[in-house]
Amino acid sequence: MIEQIDLTMVNWARATFALTAMYHWIFVPLTLGLSFICAFFESIYVKTGDEQWKKLTRFWMTLFGINFAIGVATGIILEFEFGTNWSNYSWMVGDIFGAPLAIEGIAAFFLEATFFAVMFFGWNRVSKKTHLFATWMVAVGSNLSAVWILIANGWMQHPVGMTFNPDLARFEMTDFWALVSSPVAISHFVHVTSSAFLYASLFVVAISSWYLLKKRHLLFAKRSLTVACTFGLLSSLFVAYTGDEHAFHAAVVQPMKLAAMEALYDGEAPTGLVAMGLLNFSKKPGDDQDPFIFKVKIPMALSLLANREIYSFVPGINDLVFGNIEQNIMGVEEKMVRGKLAVAGLGDYKAAQNVGDQLAASKALTLFEKNSDYLGYGYLDSAEQAVPYVPLIFYSFRVMVSLGTFFILLFLVYLYLLRKDQLEKQPLLLKLGAISFFLGLVAQEAGWIVTEVGRQPWAIQDLLPVTIARSNLDSGTVAVTFFMFLILFTALLIAELKIMTKQISIGPEGD
Amino acid sequence: MFKNAFYLYYDGFRSMVVGRTLWKIILIKLFIMFAILKVFFFPNFLATNFDTDAERADHVLKNLTQPSSNNH
Repeated sequence: MIEQIDLTMVNWARATFALTAMYHWIFVPLTLGLSFICAFFESIYVKTGDEQWKKLTRFWMTLFGINFAIGVATGIILEFEFGTNWSNYSWMVGDIFGAPLAIEGIAAFFLEATFFAVMFFGWNRVSKKTHLFATWMVAVGSNLSAVWILIANGWMQHPVGMTFNPDLARFEMTDFWALVSSPVAISHFVHVTSSAFLYASLFVVAISSWYLLKKRHLLFAKRSLTVACTFGLLSSLFVAYTGDEHAFHAAVVQPMKLAAMEALYDGEAPTGLVAMGLLNFSKKPGDDQDPFIFKVKIPMALSLLANREIYSFVPGINDLVFGNIEQNIMGVEEKMVRGKLAVAGLGDYKAAQNVGDQLAASKALTLFEKNSDYLGYGYLDSAEQAVPYVPLIFYSFRVMVSLGTFFILLFLVYLYLLRKDQLEKQPLLLKLGAISFFLGLVAQEAGWIVTEVGRQPWAIQDLLPVTIARSNLDSGTVAVTFFMFLILFTALLIAELKIMTKQISIGPEGD
Repeated sequence: MFKNAFYLYYDGFRSMVVGRTLWKIILIKLFIMFAILKVFFFPNFLATNFDTDAERADHVLKNLTQPSSNNH
């Protein structure tokens, strides 16, 4: 097995980035969601004047602070990696990402940082309403930070509002509003943030369930659960809705990702959705093997989800790789021909510019611009390279959706039993609730695997494959940093778990 | 007002309990990140190897037009 893993520099760089991003994403969604949950708790305190709600708010705020402190700046490591391991990519997108990330730095970070001190140090020093305002601003600021980074990620999935400058080898922004109002970026942002709210709700559910199991802080736990389950239920329904929108956009701009999510090799009209299935791992594009050992399919559902029409055609991997004249789908091989023309045009343009031949430069530029939409395909060696690793995406998608459905049921059952005041008499359910946070983490990471592995081989969809986005570095150097990060992040995670569990065992009375 | 703001931070930092441990972790983390990782392991590839933006653009263009077949 190990000898089959491709240990090239680009794969070490991908693994390092994936490791960093996955660790980073343990902390971030908790910050995004828990900030709002704290604001809800404090709003109830200000409205009712009940000191128990204040105690409750301060407890969850302490856990929020621990998570924030451990997670803060872990994202900066991703920026280090951009400059070192992905220098070609960084150079090319600097103009596009500069604006959103600068706005994030100035607006969101300072908004967040200003009100943080009031939120943590301002109890009994500022009025209740001023403190509540600060708490809400921290929540808004935290989530604003996510807007810009997710818009940047959305641009990589569907690059819009830019043009390529062949003299500087950079994508330059031509339309800022096209970038920020891209439906792909917006659906990406709302899906990710709502899933963060769901994840943070599960965090409260897990700890409160543990208290109920231990027969400790019963009123505290039930009050926390009532708010968290309501927020979690609304968030999880919204996650389902935005997930559907997200997949709908993928069908338009990333059809290969959608086909991989469904392990759909041969497109059909209408196409069913695989509810569950066991994949044939030896299946390759273009061969005659059945992609499934067994499957349960919902008829016409994928056509409806992808195109909003139940009898419509959804392209499969083979249609996208080899083309489908009947459905007017251009295959990867033809895109590769055009991409190689774009690469050749760019090279000829540069050569002509160097010798001052303006006529030749103009001709070469025309050739490049005519084929530039397929630039990335010019770097592929075979059409099959445009296909991401199907089993990982197929199963990750099902893990995410199954857990998402389970969370809706969990919140519903919890709310029903809370209303009937029967929850603490259900130890099995409480044990399930206590582990639900870890299931939420699995769902979060599975979602990112679908999003990011699903768009391979692209760093920028259709324009730049990861093999070209990388720096010219030795694989050994990158491998060393992979293991360094593994140690650093594991140490941080242990620190978080240790401090967090200590604080949880002390409970709200310890404040 | 400035006095109040000052004492908000001053008293806040002085009365921290869990916060003291968290600040230690933050400072150690930032030291590792910026004084060790960034300096010794994560130099900016283009900034380190090239002096001007024109040279950096040329390097990236070369990678785009003559992609290396040697994937280290």
